[in-house]
Amino acid sequence: MITIKVKNYQELEGLRTEIISNRDPKKPCVTICSGTGCLASGGEPVIKAFQEEIKKQNLEEKVDLKKTGCHGFCERGPLVVIYPEEICYVQVQPEDIPEIVSETIVNGKIVDRLLYKLDGEEFVHDYDIPFYKNQKRIIFEKNRKIDSKSIEDYIALGGYSALAKALQMTPEEVLEEVKKSNLRGRGGGGFPTGMKWESTRNAHGHPKYVIVNCDEGDPGTYANRSLMEGNPHSVLEGLIIGAYAIGSNQGYVYVREEYPLAVENVNIAIKKAREYGLLGENILGSGLDFDVKVFRGAGAFVSGESSALVRSLEGKVGEPIPKYIHMAEKGLYDKPTNLNNVESWANIPFIINNGSDWFNSIGSQNSKGTKVFSLVGKVKNTGLVEVPLGITLREIIYNIGGGIKEDKKFKAVQTGGPSGGVIPEKYIDRPVDFDELTKLGSMMGSGGMIVMDEDTCMVNIAKYFLNFLKDESCGKCVPCREGIRQMLKILTRICEGKGEEGDIETLENLSIVMQKVSLCALGTSAPNPVLTTIKYFREEYESHIKDKKCPAKECKDLIRYKITDECTGCGVCALKCPQEAISGEKKKLHVIDESKCIRCGICLDSCKFNAVVKE
Amino acid sequence: MEDIENIIQNYSKDPSQLISILHDTQAKYHYLPKEALETISDKLKIPLPDIYQVATFYKAFSLEPRGKYHVKVCLGTACHVRDSQRVLESVERHLGIKCNKKTKDGTFSLESVNCLGCCALGPVVVVNEDYHGNINPGKVEKIFKQYR
Repeated sequence: MITIKVKNYQELEGLRTEIISNRDPKKPCVTICSGTGCLASGGEPVIKAFQEEIKKQNLEEKVDLKKTGCHGFCERGPLVVIYPEEICYVQVQPEDIPEIVSETIVNGKIVDRLLYKLDGEEFVHDYDIPFYKNQKRIIFEKNRKIDSKSIEDYIALGGYSALAKALQMTPEEVLEEVKKSNLRGRGGGGFPTGMKWESTRNAHGHPKYVIVNCDEGDPGTYANRSLMEGNPHSVLEGLIIGAYAIGSNQGYVYVREEYPLAVENVNIAIKKAREYGLLGENILGSGLDFDVKVFRGAGAFVSGESSALVRSLEGKVGEPIPKYIHMAEKGLYDKPTNLNNVESWANIPFIINNGSDWFNSIGSQNSKGTKVFSLVGKVKNTGLVEVPLGITLREIIYNIGGGIKEDKKFKAVQTGGPSGGVIPEKYIDRPVDFDELTKLGSMMGSGGMIVMDEDTCMVNIAKYFLNFLKDESCGKCVPCREGIRQMLKILTRICEGKGEEGDIETLENLSIVMQKVSLCALGTSAPNPVLTTIKYFREEYESHIKDKKCPAKECKDLIRYKITDECTGCGVCALKCPQEAISGEKKKLHVIDESKCIRCGICLDSCKFNAVVKE
Repeated sequence: MEDIENIIQNYSKDPSQLISILHDTQAKYHYLPKEALETISDKLKIPLPDIYQVATFYKAFSLEPRGKYHVKVCLGTACHVRDSQRVLESVERHLGIKCNKKTKDGTFSLESVNCLGCCALGPVVVVNEDYHGNINPGKVEKIFKQYR
């Protein structure tokens, strides 16, 4: 298709009609998830195998092949969905492809063994699978339907219609609609997006900048990545609408270094949008001039903080500055700057198209709309889930997540990244929204939801986060730099069985100082993982300190491995042990030499008879 | 340092382009050679200490040459609760080096990272551009067979 600049709203609609009329809805289309998760599970060879098989069977004219963004059900990748019937195959391997092409595409038959199965039931369509069925997919919905590199796919599904609508409103009307929607920032703090826009709009100084924050640094979350990789136009459309409302002519997309595919896809999206005249001068004849640049971060967690991010954009060290300097007034190059998270921007086109009343009909009292969570850890169905805010943790973990892996006991869920906290089982029926999570001592963050079972040690989790923060603290202010170091020292001692009476109180005292006087949110929120684990799992701390025991049997210095009578003497553990610490005659009980054992746990992992235990 | 001058040519000489230029330099040499940083300092008119400040602040940059295969073990939270610490120790034993070191023959360098963003597949080990998901300490040996 030749790209012709779209000069006005009518031409955009004309283009949409043309794209749709050139497509045959009955033509089989194979969509293959090409999100990083599926690619890591072997998606690339599957794509190649489809290309080859379609060619081999001379079906190139009869079948479309589409590499889409992340479908979300990463646990079961590589995922393949065949349209128009929407037949979903999970964990597809290259050797399955000839059969899929011959049977499903040519003969219309279903390959049973590739379907998702649960409790003896088979699911043909992805929308019937409980993992998908129990979600409410709005902003993530198009991800699985469009080729991430095709603007035409996005336009065919209604893309840029919100931009056209917004440009026919006044900037004030657009701003008012976003304010009325009560959309809160999806990046962490939950600050009202409309208010943020208004401050930047009203600030003195030109030019004004708008920024997409895709520096998703919270460990355990990848929702922004999948949206940016899979459907970059939805973010760009939101950004252009924001620029119009705020009065900006220049935007930036800041992507973290670890997401090369997101950088590639958003760059393609920008280029295509420019070709169609959806970026550049006089967009859709509205008089709005706006363009976007992509910037690659370089690996620093603190750079996700807004003031640090703009320093990084200026080519400097990404360190935060004190909060009394407002970004809305003095941001990038000391000019008024509005920065929102990827997911916040992606919500805007839906708000403009469907109206703020529609948006307010989804969610809880003070948290409207949906939220994408990265449901990971010890849960059966790991992946990305989009749910209305206000849904309970139980619904997310059990109805969507399918419960705990190996049917172990649920212990806690960690939300909000290193700034958040852990939420124990007794609050599993609490609704998930900005205010409820804060009340429980945690926070929404950018949507990480890491599920933990009985084998996760809560003291070790606190230590883990402090260790993370020790690396990521920029070191500019003393309470954060030294507070983290001291807390980590204490936690390390406790995990090594060298904890002392009074350690818990010292941790609490250090936390108070850090919360009160650290320079930025990284420091003030750093104690959260420590405080919530102490609050909800104090007995685990005491057990480490007083009894020198790790109840979850995770802390290496406090456990030992033992072979029980269940041992059949197969010798696998002895063979796998890197220390040659296991000995025994064939078909007889083996023993572990304590003095050689480094507690790597390979024996336990490799024993098929459950004869190796930790105690 | 003709290559560096070519890299700089792709950008305006605006100091804000520093990080992008360092990215390209790192991609070209797999580290940031001292001479390259001196050239950048000269061309962009940024004092050398300021360049070092940026080069050492961000994790994407390395002042030492990395191995032919650069290995990253993810220690993000999702990987952590699935035992990634034990995976890292297993990789260290297997390669015979500690984290942030390089094998004597220069084949492998090892680093731990704080989240690669493919959390559903944790623990994750990345060798150059290849992702290996759902790794446990026992699977480590198998990963490296293909790179020997």
